[in-house]
Amino acid sequence: MKFGILVNEGPFTHQASDSAYRFAEAVLARGHEIYRVFFYNDGVYNSNRLSEPQTDDRNLVALWSKLGTEHGIDLVVCVAAALRRGIKDEVLEEGFRISGLGQLVEAGIQADRLVVFGD
Amino acid sequence: MEEWEEPGPEVVKRFMYVNRRAPYGTIYALECLEVVLVAAAFDQDVSVVFMDDGVCQLKKNQDTTGIGMKNFSKTYGALDDYDVEKVYVEKESLDARGLSADHLVIPVEVMAANDLREIMAQQDVVISS
Repeated sequence: MKFGILVNEGPFTHQASDSAYRFAEAVLARGHEIYRVFFYNDGVYNSNRLSEPQTDDRNLVALWSKLGTEHGIDLVVCVAAALRRGIKDEVLEEGFRISGLGQLVEAGIQADRLVVFGD
Repeated sequence: MEEWEEPGPEVVKRFMYVNRRAPYGTIYALECLEVVLVAAAFDQDVSVVFMDDGVCQLKKNQDTTGIGMKNFSKTYGALDDYDVEKVYVEKESLDARGLSADHLVIPVEVMAANDLREIMAQQDVVISS
């Protein structure tokens, strides 16, 4: 099955991004496909390479980046949500790209299931 | 990375956007409206739902001067311009807040929770915020 994933929260205040990441891992482990992960609302903060969690904490920015680059998963950060939060190409972690909300709608069209992770 | 693919005209899915939160205090209402207005351009079957505190997003006569936020309630009027005609408001949520369709900035279809549930179950994509 082809999944789309929508992440609506940042890496720290809520668990949504952790849950989405674990879901993505499980999807791949079962041999399914991830069409795209779209980051919206505070979810755009998952792409900020300037983020430095304490060393004994998990680093979701790095984890998403690794998942994206190793499995060729399209990690898309919403441009409108990103700009108002100071997320630009200058601070974008490897594996992410910034694009428009149309990419979310398109993921909804192309994927068999779009799974939303939010507060 | 996959490049942008223009969806074929034959692909029409049912997208429902569910608003459950107050218009101010968090950004969810504003950013959900931004999604809906973009989604409307994709020739999909789009519906928008307002329930729980989300019904307050459509309240007439909002005055945000005291909180220094932009009053974006007039933007809901653009839904009609974008041909988003299916705007559902849950009756129980209106009742609980002493509101009726007359108090809202745009014409809506007021719907009981049971009926709304059926329409929700028919959707291909439900995005809630």
